[in-house]
Amino acid sequence: MTIDLTQFHGVFFEESFEALDSMEAALLKLDVGAPDPERINTIFRVAHSIKGGSATFGFTAVASFTHTLETMLDEMRAGRMNVTQAISDLLLKSVDVMRDMLRAVQNHQAIDAQRVADLQFDIELAIAQKNAAPAASAQAGVEPAAAALPPAAPVAAAPAAATSPAAVTVAAPEPATTVPSMVPRWAISFRPGKAFVGGDGDPLRVMRELEAMGTLRAFADVGGVPSLAELDTARCYVSWRVELEADVSEQAIRDVFAASAQDWELSISGGPQSPGGSETDPESSATDDAHGDSESIPAVAENPQLSGGSREAREEGPAQIEVPAAAVASAAETSAAAVASTAEAGAAAVASAAPMATSTQAAAATHTAAPTADSSSIRVSVEKIDELMNTVGELVITQSMLSQLGQKLEGPDADRFRSSLAQLERNMRGLQESVMRVRMLPISFVFSRFPRMARDLAQRLGKQIELKLTGQETELDKTVMEKIGDPLTHLVRNSIDHGIESPEARVAKGKPAVGVVHLDACHRGGNIAVEVSDDGAGLDKDRILAKARSRGIVGQSDVLTDEQIYDLIFEPGFSTAEKTTDVSGRGVGMDVVRRNVHELGGKIEIRSTPGKGSRFTITLPLTLAIVDGQSVAVGSETYIVPLVSMVESMQLQPQQVSRLPGLGEVLSFRGEYLPIVRLHEVFSVEPRSRALHEGLIVVAEGDGRRVGLFVDDLLGQQQVVIKSLETNYGRIEGVSGATILGDGSVSLILDLPGLIRAASLRQAA
Amino acid sequence: MTQPNPDAKEANGSQQVLTFVLGNETYGVDILRVQEIRGFTAVTKIPHAPSHVLGVLNLRGSIVPIVDLRMRFNLDRADYNAVTVIIVLSIQSASGRRDFGVVVDGVSDVVDVPQAEVRPAPEMGSANATEYILGLVPVAERMVVLLDIDCLIGNDLRGLSQAA
Repeated sequence: MTIDLTQFHGVFFEESFEALDSMEAALLKLDVGAPDPERINTIFRVAHSIKGGSATFGFTAVASFTHTLETMLDEMRAGRMNVTQAISDLLLKSVDVMRDMLRAVQNHQAIDAQRVADLQFDIELAIAQKNAAPAASAQAGVEPAAAALPPAAPVAAAPAAATSPAAVTVAAPEPATTVPSMVPRWAISFRPGKAFVGGDGDPLRVMRELEAMGTLRAFADVGGVPSLAELDTARCYVSWRVELEADVSEQAIRDVFAASAQDWELSISGGPQSPGGSETDPESSATDDAHGDSESIPAVAENPQLSGGSREAREEGPAQIEVPAAAVASAAETSAAAVASTAEAGAAAVASAAPMATSTQAAAATHTAAPTADSSSIRVSVEKIDELMNTVGELVITQSMLSQLGQKLEGPDADRFRSSLAQLERNMRGLQESVMRVRMLPISFVFSRFPRMARDLAQRLGKQIELKLTGQETELDKTVMEKIGDPLTHLVRNSIDHGIESPEARVAKGKPAVGVVHLDACHRGGNIAVEVSDDGAGLDKDRILAKARSRGIVGQSDVLTDEQIYDLIFEPGFSTAEKTTDVSGRGVGMDVVRRNVHELGGKIEIRSTPGKGSRFTITLPLTLAIVDGQSVAVGSETYIVPLVSMVESMQLQPQQVSRLPGLGEVLSFRGEYLPIVRLHEVFSVEPRSRALHEGLIVVAEGDGRRVGLFVDDLLGQQQVVIKSLETNYGRIEGVSGATILGDGSVSLILDLPGLIRAASLRQAA
Repeated sequence: MTQPNPDAKEANGSQQVLTFVLGNETYGVDILRVQEIRGFTAVTKIPHAPSHVLGVLNLRGSIVPIVDLRMRFNLDRADYNAVTVIIVLSIQSASGRRDFGVVVDGVSDVVDVPQAEVRPAPEMGSANATEYILGLVPVAERMVVLLDIDCLIGNDLRGLSQAA
């Protein structure tokens, strides 16, 4: 039976990318020197699950890389490796590489093998440098996980069964196993006698002395501990099983125990002629690994049956050794008790070297089993939501058509009909809001990229930055979110590069060496405000003005307000940076920021205090699907002016209008002269009146220019759902889209910047 | 023919055609392109549109341009009245499906047109005049002009979106 795994690829990639994001976030919070173990675990889990997934799907390159990474993380987790700045950098690079690899695999492109290999080498080097020996053992322990995922139990049982007869027949001292090691291996099990004396009878002293002889591995058996009520505090219920690789005689070991007044239940086996460990280890550890996920490893004594069995075995004679219950548990599972004596003898030999690797793996397994199921959310494609929005929009229109009909209705049931309609309207509004909210996401999706960026930039520029993020839960429409990322990136980069001074300069000014860049988001009315502020040097008004004058953007004698001066930095190609860095300073950027924000129907404002810092505030509509609009009438047509472009509306007095050659009609508006744009002329419709004083003027702005729009009448303000004209028709100059009014008719939404451009072309023509 | 229903064509060598009247002539379009037939309602004018594009309408939430075929064919302009009908058609373009409506004097019938009976349009003068005619077919003693709407409207709309 084959299953087409490709159907799961999409989910795997999606989850992996998400997991990488969380790994990156955890890495950034990782304190150098004193890492939080939970963070390391998080990081480890990500690497582990990506490894598992990519191995399953046959993405060997990814699996191999994550395996190396996992090895290093394992070292860190076990505390054998310090988290240094270099290591943290290495891990961040690994995140990048993994992301690129997964993306490449996803798009069926070639993986940049050289880059991966280089980084993999770096990681291996780091592991080797830190701690050569344990690293190697961990490597050995982890290795089989990638290779031997499939059928675990049968394979595991087989070697145990195969070796056990041999073990039984050769019996007494110990089986002679395949590969003899040069160092004799002793298996010692001991337990303090009935009366525990303490002092030099302390098992820890014994352990220390044994350890002095050679390599020691100790396992405690707490199976003998009775229930709390029966516990005698003067007794030691714990027994130990120790594997000792040391070139010593059995007597020397016995002497260690004899040195105390304590009486011991002691058994020693193995020795020079029976070097215990065997080459079947990897298999059994692989078994453990594969099993670990579901069963983890029952700790030596958690299974009373097994520990009971091993105690029996011990009583049979001194030649018997204790059995690592873990190995039995995984190899023989349920039949453990039945085959205890035979399997144990063999399994002991098989698994004696495994426990070290096994225990680390077991830990990994139990940790990986834990995460997943955090939030109860589902993935829905954007199209489905759009479809839902469309349908709801239609319902709203149908409902308002019904309402209009209801107004005219007369008769006995008319009132009841109208009250039902009112209820329908309420429910309708609720439904519409709910559907809108589905598209809303917290802004943390955008913010989450900045900690990494700030860290990298600060490092490169030799600055100390603290990035504060607040208001992360503020929600906004997904489409806005997608488009706000780049402008924000620019602003944050700018703050770090130009705003925050070098640590020395800051200290010299009496500020803390660490500069603070603060990102904040909040709702303001129907808008969302995103602020990027820093406590850096602030904008240098004089320099900006001087630069603008030298470039001829501003006349030599012009006097500008602070705001106007700050606005200059949004001019294309404007930069006051003394030298161009690879971070910023080329003068592209701020104009793009402003353009992007304007395209979203938003505004950007600057506040700055020299020496104290600057604050950039971006105000954006919550959604691109809905716009607040003012309906205006021109002849028989109705147009929507977005409220964000509207300044005010007024009735004109004839004396306010003058004709200027080359400019046409202008009106004086608070000391400014604004060109009058007759909407009926631009759109070629027949107006109710051509006389300016009979209609109304709507002062509106776009691209920083203001005009007076001449319309017949103002109708009302409302929120309108934006519909695309381009789907079935095409773009129209001066029109950003269309909407459907309450009566089901279509109304065009004005695009002020485009309209002003079109109007000035007409003037010029 | 760009997108006839292959099954229908192979099964009996015929296609179903919706016929409609425009002045004195009867025209036909592939029934599979017809989305909807609806009565004429007031449209919203589009600035700077070609004169035969009357404006746009709301068709269940999407904005659909409306083309007056009389004006497209340079026929005398007729008044829109109760029997004036909009046929909503869809065309396939590079940017996906596009819907648009055509204003006609009235819808007549749905007829089976055997492929064998379709006659090519006579060559007369410039090719431009006949490029949107797929062929002529006699139905009930009248001549039905089969229209290639992709060619007829698609080119118009394509020009619009590129010009902008």
